[in-house]
Amino acid sequence: MDENSIQGGDRFPLTRWSVIDAARSSDEAERVRAMDTLCAAYWKPVYKYVRLRWNRPADDAQDVTQGFFVQLIERGLLAKFDPAKSRLRTYLRVCVDSFVMNEDKAAKRRKRGGNAPHVALDFAGAEEELGGAVIDPAKIPSPESLDDFFEKEWIRGLFELAVEDLRKHCEANERERTFRLFEEYDLAGDETISYDKLAGEYGIPVTDITNALAWARREFRRGALDRLREICGSEEEFQREARAVFGWEAK
Amino acid sequence: MKPLSDKAIERLRAGADEPDLAGTRYRLLERIARGGMGVVYAAEDEKLERRVALKVLDVPGTDGDLATRLMREARVLARLEHPGIVPVHDVGTLADGRVFYTMKFVEGQRLDKFIESVESVQDRLRLFLRICEAVAFAHARGVLHRDLKPANIMVGPFGEVLVMDWGLAKILRGEIPIADRAADPEVTIFEKPKSSSEESGSTKSSVITGHGTVMGTPGYMSPEQARGEVEVLDARSDIFSLGALLRFLLTQKSPAGIAPRLDRSLEAICTKATAEWRDSRYSAVQELGQDVSRYLDGLAVGAHRESIFEKAARFYRRYRFFILLILAYLVMRVILLLVLKR
Repeated sequence: MDENSIQGGDRFPLTRWSVIDAARSSDEAERVRAMDTLCAAYWKPVYKYVRLRWNRPADDAQDVTQGFFVQLIERGLLAKFDPAKSRLRTYLRVCVDSFVMNEDKAAKRRKRGGNAPHVALDFAGAEEELGGAVIDPAKIPSPESLDDFFEKEWIRGLFELAVEDLRKHCEANERERTFRLFEEYDLAGDETISYDKLAGEYGIPVTDITNALAWARREFRRGALDRLREICGSEEEFQREARAVFGWEAK
Repeated sequence: MKPLSDKAIERLRAGADEPDLAGTRYRLLERIARGGMGVVYAAEDEKLERRVALKVLDVPGTDGDLATRLMREARVLARLEHPGIVPVHDVGTLADGRVFYTMKFVEGQRLDKFIESVESVQDRLRLFLRICEAVAFAHARGVLHRDLKPANIMVGPFGEVLVMDWGLAKILRGEIPIADRAADPEVTIFEKPKSSSEESGSTKSSVITGHGTVMGTPGYMSPEQARGEVEVLDARSDIFSLGALLRFLLTQKSPAGIAPRLDRSLEAICTKATAEWRDSRYSAVQELGQDVSRYLDGLAVGAHRESIFEKAARFYRRYRFFILLILAYLVMRVILLLVLKR
């Protein structure tokens, strides 16, 4: 995969509303962008899932992850997805399971790289998030909690993309300070932070902090929903997934 | 970029939950409740300087099922101007794409909480009659509630009763503009309730649209609603819910832990209202209300055929004062006669 491409560069939104439609397009460029979009949202949960569910070593899991996305393109698996029957992420997870089971045979035959998505995959970062330790088989979660794990990681990945989009948006609109406030208040996980403290630190009124954070959250929400809309197969799935992503159905 | 921690994800979720009221006349105050469709917030109408309740969907978009339902709920409320139905003030789409409407901010208690402080059966029945008045009004304006239950009734600080949450309401023929019917793919349009003799063979033909989705609350929704027979629902479906609500009101324990005794007439009213076959139920809410009023006035109720002893007991209860007065007079006369004879 191209280590220097999309991540960190400009984002080309799909012309079709869904990645599923785009992946079935006759336009090659549109199909490639669809795969890049999908890969950006899913590579990390897929990698972590392979590490935990299939207990694969890091370098093996990297091969599997890359191989999986190559196969998605080569075998046109996305075209077989029916939004009426399941969620896209459930379908992809089942595809990953099936891919891993056949991986040994397939790895010997496959020549990777030709159709790989142009998304930089920071496996070292993903490994760091997993804790970097050798995975103890006794500590591997049950299949049910692995489903939850996959969903949680998928949400984390989606939010990271939306935060990255927001950072670029702030830079493009000379709102770097707004992004720094957002980082400090909403991303750092610091329980002691307050609007007053930030106002003192930046030497601005509390109302400015309130307005800046409200704007940043609004933009983050919009960005996350835009990203989500792209990787859903239908409006109904989007509505359902949005509720899952933001935890609205659990409240 | 640093990976997001679980704490950061929770914080992002909480931040993203808040509606964007930029460009509106409202200022967010606090979150009141979460429902199936979205969240209800307390907000301040800055132009009129008053507190309102703002109901907003979770997900942006004006063409989804939920957006359609929320818009329809607002339109239904706008059509129902009655002291027992919460009035809607405004409807629209926020800058973040979420559909919202504002309504009167109701301070008070949900019926299931409030009822614990009402001890007498008579007071509970009077409360029930006020609910019936609001529902009867809605039926007269061609609207079925379809989700009547204690949690959807509010009792205000002055005892005012408000029927809330019209999100599952259905609109009957003749009371809704044609344009609204076309704009609402979910609406099922059917005739107002008919007598059973008129009904056979005609109800199905009156259905214009409908999809049989089961929506409602178990224990309070009518059997036909639970079966998803959307096309046959009429006022008697709400009457079933009112019957279940009446039974709840009459059997809920007081703070002293004592549940009121349900006498045969009230039991009969509840049983008739919640009959399995809708033809066996009251045909209109007014009829149910009249039976409850008759009970309150000490009269015979239509739902129950009394034995001679029950009639005598009711007669005694109703005219106890006069009967005791006459008895006292007669006893005095007897005593006087006995004294004079000596």
